[in-house]
Amino acid sequence: MGKTGGFLEYGRKDHGVRVPGERLSDFDEFVLRLPEEEQKIQAARCMNCGTAFCQTGMLIDGKVSGCPLHNLIPEWNDLVFRGKWKEAYDRLSLTNPFPEFTGRVCPAPCEAGCNLGLGDDPTSIKDDELQIIEKAFDNGFVKPMNNLSRSGRRVLVIGGGPAGLAAAHSLNRLGNKVTVYERSDRMGGLLMYGIPNMKLDKSVISRRLDLMAAEGVEFVCNKSVTTIKEAQEILSQYDAVVLCCGSTDPRNLNVQGREASEVYYAVDYLGRNTKSLLDSKLTDGKAVSAKGKHVVIVGGGDTGTDCAATATRQGALSVTQIEIMDCPPSDRAANNPWPQWPMTYKQDYGQQEVDYKFGADPRRWLTTVTKINKDDSGKVISVDIVKVKWEKTDKGFAPVPVKGSEETIPCGLLLIAMGFTGPQTPVMDAFSVERNSRGLPAADKLYHTSNPKVFTAGDQRRGQSLVVWAIAEGVECAYEVNLCLEKQKQQSAKID
Amino acid sequence: MNQTKEHGLYREAFEHDACGIGALAQIKGIKSHQMLQDALSVLVNMEHRGGKGLESNTGDGAGILFQIPHRFFRQEAQRQGQLLPDNGEYGVAMLFLPKSLEKTEAAKKVFEKVCRENGMSVLFWRAVPVDPAGLGFTAKETMPTIFQAFILRPGSVSKGDAFERKLFVTRRLIEKRIKNDKTFTGEIFYVSSMSCRTIVYKGMLLASQLSSFYLDLRQAKVETSLALVHSRFSTNTNPSWERAHPNRYMIHNGEINTLRGNVNWMTARESNLYSSVLGEDLEKVLPIMDQSGSDSAILDNVLEFLTMSGRKLTRSAMMLLPEPWVHNTDISEKLRAFLAYQSTLMEPWDGPAAIAFTNGIQTGAILDRNGLRPARYYVTKDDRLILASEVGVLDIDPSQILQKGSLEPGKMIVVDPVQGRILWNDIIKEGLANELPYRQWIDEELVLMDQLEEPSAQVSHTLENEEHDAKSELNHLQQMRKFGYVFEDLTEVIRPMAESGSEPLASMGTDVPLAVLSSRPKALFEYFKQLFAQVTNPPIDALRESIVTSTQVYLGSRGNILEDSKKNCHLLRLKTPLLDRGEFRRIQGIRVRGFKAQVFRIVFDRDADPEKGLEEALDKLNEKVLAAVKNQTNIIILSDRIQSAGDVPIPSLLAAASVHHHLIRSGVRTRGDIIVEAGDVRGVHHAAMLMGYGTTAIYPYLAHTAIEEMAKKGDISCPAEEGIKKYNKALVHGIVKVMSKMGISTIHSYAGSQNFEALGIDLSVIDKYFTNTVSRIGGLKIADIQREAVAKFDMALQAEKENIPPALESGGETQYRTGKEEHLYDPMSIYLLQQSVRSGNYKTFKEYSSRFNEGKIRATIRSCFDFVNGKSIPVDEVEPASEIVKRFKTGAMSYGSISKEAHETLAIAMNRLGGKSNTGEGGEDVSRERLESNGDSKLSAIKQVASGRFGVTSRYLNSACEIQIKIAQGAKPGEGGHLPGRKVYPWIAKTRQSTPGVGLISPPPHHDIYSIEDLAELIYDLKNANDRAVITVKLVAEAGVGTVAAGVAKGGADLILISGHDGGTGAAPGSSIRNTGLPLELGLAETQQTLMRNGLRSRVRIEADGKLMTGKDVAVACLLGAEEFGFATAPLISLGCLMMRACEKDTCPVGIATQNETLRAKFKGDPSHVVNFMMFVAEEMREYMARLGFRTVEEMCGHVEFLRQDRENVNWKARTIDLSSVLAMPEKPYEGIIAGSEIMHFAPEMASHCDLNSTLDKSLFLPLCDHVIENLTAVHFSADVSNVDRALGTILGSRITRKYPDGLPEELICIDLRGSGGQSLGAFLPKGIRLTLTGDANDYFGKGLSGGQLAVITPAESGFIASENIIIGNVAFYGATSGKAFINGFAGQRFAVRNSGANLVVEGMGNHGCEYMTGGIVVCLGPVGVNFACGMSGGTAYVYDPNDMLGSRLNHELVDMTQLALHDYSLLKLMLEEHIDITRSPLGIRLMYSFDKEKTHFKKVIPFGYRKIKVLAAEQEKNGISHAEAISIAFKMVTRDNQGKGNE
Repeated sequence: MGKTGGFLEYGRKDHGVRVPGERLSDFDEFVLRLPEEEQKIQAARCMNCGTAFCQTGMLIDGKVSGCPLHNLIPEWNDLVFRGKWKEAYDRLSLTNPFPEFTGRVCPAPCEAGCNLGLGDDPTSIKDDELQIIEKAFDNGFVKPMNNLSRSGRRVLVIGGGPAGLAAAHSLNRLGNKVTVYERSDRMGGLLMYGIPNMKLDKSVISRRLDLMAAEGVEFVCNKSVTTIKEAQEILSQYDAVVLCCGSTDPRNLNVQGREASEVYYAVDYLGRNTKSLLDSKLTDGKAVSAKGKHVVIVGGGDTGTDCAATATRQGALSVTQIEIMDCPPSDRAANNPWPQWPMTYKQDYGQQEVDYKFGADPRRWLTTVTKINKDDSGKVISVDIVKVKWEKTDKGFAPVPVKGSEETIPCGLLLIAMGFTGPQTPVMDAFSVERNSRGLPAADKLYHTSNPKVFTAGDQRRGQSLVVWAIAEGVECAYEVNLCLEKQKQQSAKID
Repeated sequence: MNQTKEHGLYREAFEHDACGIGALAQIKGIKSHQMLQDALSVLVNMEHRGGKGLESNTGDGAGILFQIPHRFFRQEAQRQGQLLPDNGEYGVAMLFLPKSLEKTEAAKKVFEKVCRENGMSVLFWRAVPVDPAGLGFTAKETMPTIFQAFILRPGSVSKGDAFERKLFVTRRLIEKRIKNDKTFTGEIFYVSSMSCRTIVYKGMLLASQLSSFYLDLRQAKVETSLALVHSRFSTNTNPSWERAHPNRYMIHNGEINTLRGNVNWMTARESNLYSSVLGEDLEKVLPIMDQSGSDSAILDNVLEFLTMSGRKLTRSAMMLLPEPWVHNTDISEKLRAFLAYQSTLMEPWDGPAAIAFTNGIQTGAILDRNGLRPARYYVTKDDRLILASEVGVLDIDPSQILQKGSLEPGKMIVVDPVQGRILWNDIIKEGLANELPYRQWIDEELVLMDQLEEPSAQVSHTLENEEHDAKSELNHLQQMRKFGYVFEDLTEVIRPMAESGSEPLASMGTDVPLAVLSSRPKALFEYFKQLFAQVTNPPIDALRESIVTSTQVYLGSRGNILEDSKKNCHLLRLKTPLLDRGEFRRIQGIRVRGFKAQVFRIVFDRDADPEKGLEEALDKLNEKVLAAVKNQTNIIILSDRIQSAGDVPIPSLLAAASVHHHLIRSGVRTRGDIIVEAGDVRGVHHAAMLMGYGTTAIYPYLAHTAIEEMAKKGDISCPAEEGIKKYNKALVHGIVKVMSKMGISTIHSYAGSQNFEALGIDLSVIDKYFTNTVSRIGGLKIADIQREAVAKFDMALQAEKENIPPALESGGETQYRTGKEEHLYDPMSIYLLQQSVRSGNYKTFKEYSSRFNEGKIRATIRSCFDFVNGKSIPVDEVEPASEIVKRFKTGAMSYGSISKEAHETLAIAMNRLGGKSNTGEGGEDVSRERLESNGDSKLSAIKQVASGRFGVTSRYLNSACEIQIKIAQGAKPGEGGHLPGRKVYPWIAKTRQSTPGVGLISPPPHHDIYSIEDLAELIYDLKNANDRAVITVKLVAEAGVGTVAAGVAKGGADLILISGHDGGTGAAPGSSIRNTGLPLELGLAETQQTLMRNGLRSRVRIEADGKLMTGKDVAVACLLGAEEFGFATAPLISLGCLMMRACEKDTCPVGIATQNETLRAKFKGDPSHVVNFMMFVAEEMREYMARLGFRTVEEMCGHVEFLRQDRENVNWKARTIDLSSVLAMPEKPYEGIIAGSEIMHFAPEMASHCDLNSTLDKSLFLPLCDHVIENLTAVHFSADVSNVDRALGTILGSRITRKYPDGLPEELICIDLRGSGGQSLGAFLPKGIRLTLTGDANDYFGKGLSGGQLAVITPAESGFIASENIIIGNVAFYGATSGKAFINGFAGQRFAVRNSGANLVVEGMGNHGCEYMTGGIVVCLGPVGVNFACGMSGGTAYVYDPNDMLGSRLNHELVDMTQLALHDYSLLKLMLEEHIDITRSPLGIRLMYSFDKEKTHFKKVIPFGYRKIKVLAAEQEKNGISHAEAISIAFKMVTRDNQGKGNE
């Protein structure tokens, strides 16, 4: 439980970072872990709350508060405080198969829900988590599980992102023989190509993949399923199929001049950079480069931030982030109380880097792009932007342009980081999976689809969301699949 | 017997009684009519100790036992044409016979027939002349036909004992014959007495009715040399003539807490008995006990049986109520050996008891080991012993008194007319101790653990092998899973115990589902709730009064209790029932003559028949054990070790209870004892339950393994061995605590006492395995228990199959964990509630309440209820919410447990609403009497009076609208509290009238409530102290709370609060929070049903609390019978509480349960939050009222027919319960007979009126002091008093306090009293009044003294030496806060208990003096009893100790004994001078005369913590710092020093 009253003695101390001046010259991870003793002190701040909001993962007005994986945070915080790294790792593993991912990329709704955060800085749960798993790797606690008992059943997971990997991991541990199909050349989905290397070093992913492979999971890259025939073949070979193909249809920027070149979806831009980095240490020239360009990013979210950080590293002339929402307050607004997700102003690493390099936060709030201007060659040269204000209309609140605030800013590379609209359809069609009005698989039961042998989890099921949700869904889906298969087995045994 | 049928939740076995007792004897055996008259006077003068039922003219029972009045009977016989032979040649049976003539004649025929069969003849019958004119309706209705039968002594039987024995055997045969004769089913047939020596006249009478009812008692020829009288106070008004005392041999004031176990053991012994005097007749008298009788009647059965079997009367009494010997330094070596031997024969019948007994020749009395009942006596110059619950019950000229005394705990006194003298305790006991070579027997026969050899290599090897499979860590984990361990079992139960040696504390109550409602598999232990003592008997403080506590147990084959022999004590004695591996192995491998150990495995196969598998396994086990026991096995080891893959452990509790009861039923239980080698035992409740169901020793091997693992991994700070030792110690300590909640002092008698109620176990299981345990809502059958055991097993397998990491799952039982055990206050509930009250948005509140009202969370009994639709009405016809909230209260949370901010916010909110907030146990700052500038009031309307009496002053009581006597609290009923010094901040100390930094102890019992009549007395005292306040008694739901409530209603309370088991608390052991007490619904329904059944409901208001959260909860409570409602957790949540459950740590991050100023600054609560919550709840309540068609709460109250059990939408376990007993419509037996008896709610016209107008205060004191109060002129007068004048001066004091809150100038009112003062003389007396009593006084003298002055002076004409005789009763100056007193004589037990500021001089005192004292000065000029200064954390005592006795009498835990310093001497001298001045004390004068010589014999007793603070503060003050600031600095210094010393 940490130390009784520890929070009264110690303040919060976050992990260190490499200074922007240093880290901007490479794509290596920028987070530095705290020394062990300091991390223990951070864990000592945990209050072991009788009602620990940090591990609930409850939805308030659609936003999550607390960990969707229900990580046993107070329990392993205590173990960290006591220096019991092995036990801490075991407890963490009870709920989270991939703490090395969440420990790096999760926005930490656990900390948003941390009871200490009500009147103080929350416990540094995310750092504690990362420290536990990395110590576990360092000390050799993480070992493939040998001699897994096998049920003889086979399950195919389509999609090698966090949801698919989590489902595969759990299904494998439950004794199923698991194969994972991934359509790109590397496993990991958005973990691999959506998130840049400085935030999540790709060796972290391969380290995990190696472990899973050693436990018997089979990975197949460059493999997608788009036809009914393929699907039927699969269904005849596997006892169940789990679709974890994500929600990968990007939201487009529908303005005049969209057809201009040097306009990319953020994920494509980020992915090509990472692939080039991994394939050739950026020497193959296959990355889209921002070097010497004015970069405009539409969208102020995490992906936009990743774009800003990547573009800055590539040597952009300037970086601007266009955000249609207003700048949030620095403290929680009255209608945004704890333990709700705090809608407050924060500078993420990408913005810090831009700020460092160009002297200002890249974000322009309450702004939208109205037109893309291109040169004769069809390349983007500038964008028209305008300030908006949010007004109540008959369709609810909507942005209305502010007259006289029009402006044209130079732009040599336009990146669209406006999120995703939903999952792609071919794979669902191939398996005859019905869809609801949001384009998501329709089903009566959680993780099921209209096809009784086909299950689904992650962004594909719930729409675009956090990595931690993807993992949580993958795990839960795995248990559901296993339960269904067990039941089937019992039923068929009865019939026999 | 009058058999009442079971209906609803009421059970006849729940009934309790208490009383006033009196025993009179002429030492030379001279008979007189005067003796009888005196006895009757004694009885009448104790009428206030008796109870009245519904009617003022129906009593609970009164009676008298005396010698057969031969002269009178001879005359009566002659009238019937009969000649009686000489005295002793005939016996007389006093009989209650059926009402109808026909049945009476039939009964007489049976009687005569059985007499004839036994060679005796009935000489004649005599109809006993009675005059029922003055009796109340109920008494008349049930009045039996009363006859006497005169029986001749047959020539073959010799006179005296043999004849008496013959009469006894015959009576037993008659009783059995009648019982088995269907003619008499439902008819009364009761033999009050049947003896050639004594006769009993008794009935359902008031004390004053006895002699007017029985005309015989007025006859001058009726003479006796001895008499026992008894005035009964029963907790009910159930008509009963036979339950009146005296019984045939004794009268009893008290309660046998271990009754169930004693009865079971006694029954078990029956097959093992041999008596040379009874011979073949022994069979005829069995069974020994009539189990339908009260505890007193059963005790009488046993006492009679032992005596009739040839044991001496004194020896028999001592067997039942032995004096403590294990830790007792005050007894001789011989006596110790005798008592040790004695303890191998029979376990004590434990509980508060004062017993007076007689066989018609000797008359005596004995007191229980705790001394929890008063027994005062006079010896007069004309050779009489007069012993009674009070002094002054008989008017005796002071000059005639030779000696005044008080029976001490565990002691005995007997009048022996044959020797013509009083046999004092030591003479009797030393005599018995010298009869046989007990020391030698013990030395030769008794086997001790360290005498056992290590097991031989071969045995050891087998044992090793058995453990073999448990070698690897993973295997341990898997075992733990199979036994249902969760992570918290390791971290929150086992580890803390292994580290600290005590059970860890928790807070905020419990809000998880009852085991039978939980969808998770639970340990069988969790389906049982610990019972605890409340009102009818006190819980005890085993920690501080450890002198009476014993943890030792015996193993082996028991001997014959009727005759002494060496082999009786051939047993193995264990110091405690908890074993470690070494000890267990040594017992398992025992190779001593007369011992044979055998292991029986308690597992069943996973694939066994799911319906019968477990049951068959248990049947097989039972038979195997029985066969082995018949084959000399006498150490039965039940082991649940898993040895093969399919082994599912049988819950150890089930196996042990099964074997225990099977052996009882088979009549061989005393031939061997049970040891359990259990994997499922983790916590205190588990161990206590095993003991409670007949286990003698426990080896919790898996918990020990867990500790070894922890030690290996460095998870605990000590080596494994030490950890295991500490863990075992914590369990033993915990068992002691559990049994002390029930008022039981010895594990020996706790074993098998079954002090549990089952909650969710079907009767089929209870009857077979837990025979006679209360279980009222049905629940799991044996197949269901099997299903749960298998579920745990399967979950373990599943974990294995799922290859999950090597760690135990969390259970989420205390700390909420998503997906684990459900909690009412989960994050979403807390979030929604807080948002709703902060925004004032009722819609959000409905979102919150719908989670419970619509059954999303089903954790409580009420969640299983649905409404039966009535004729709905529009909501606006329902009374407004603003009216309903006036019935709302907030819970008793002390200032100290919560912050000033939180405490005051609650008060303001409730005052705004017109509801009531509660001070809790901690006093209240007088500054809160002032209104705020905006009109808000911070004054708590309810003032609580709890056992610690902190800050309970006259002023405090007079500022109350309601005074609440807290008998128990839901989270930890039966326990006291301890506020550690570091939490006694200066501002807390101020309101509690104590010293900052010095720990404060709230004792488990109120030391002025050991029984129901004591509670009636406290109610009376408080009514005197403030006659405008409602007096409330707070009880906690448990089996029998309804009958307790009935008693409380009869005791004059205005309101009874029934608390559920789940209430919050600042700190309590986890097992108390979870495993003690019952859900509100059961307690409330039982209370409503029982009060209705007794016609008492309309006399009192009923309040309910226990995690009430929504309007539905209130509606359900109202329909079950409540009209007022309390909330505690929900208002705290409204103020920001996050259910951190860290209250005990002073780290509450929202500033509620903390005194830390940094954290208090974070408090964000506002009165409007609480106001909103209350209004929302009331609003929602209105919706339900409208739906059911009720316009007012009053209309709705008790209409239980609007509730039904919802069986559809619940899980499989919840479907097994049957709530029809909770929903039973109450019976209304007095409807149409007694007006108002059928009303289901409080009716003002039915309110019980406490007659204060007849008090001396009203009739004399107030008129004479009127002008004083107006004009502040002095007054001095005198008055005669007697023991019926109770709480003298209290009303006068209350009038003064109201006008002058700080009191009057000293001695403005001086009143001289003469005679024997009643109980509670001078209670809460404020400054300015002096009462000087010449004579003596009873218990509770100077209770709550609030600045006034008291003195007791021995009358000059008395023949005895004042300083050697008891002059005031027990528990004097309890909770005194200031003032002074001078006692010219000895005081009883517990003098100055919880004194916090009064200065007192006394000339000697009984045991436990200055207990829990926190302030003030006590000067004792004579000896003190044992356990002096226990729990004393403040104040100073000066004791005159010329013989250096004090050191051995002192409880050294908290205090030092030192020499006096100069300033002490001057203080002492000053007090001595005043003492002499007022009392003229000869002893005082003598000491003062040679003060310089004598002063060196004084010793100073001062708590070291207290001294430290004082010294530090004094140093600061020397530097010119103000007193308040100096104290504050000293506090900080002390608490800083104590940092890091761990938890309390």
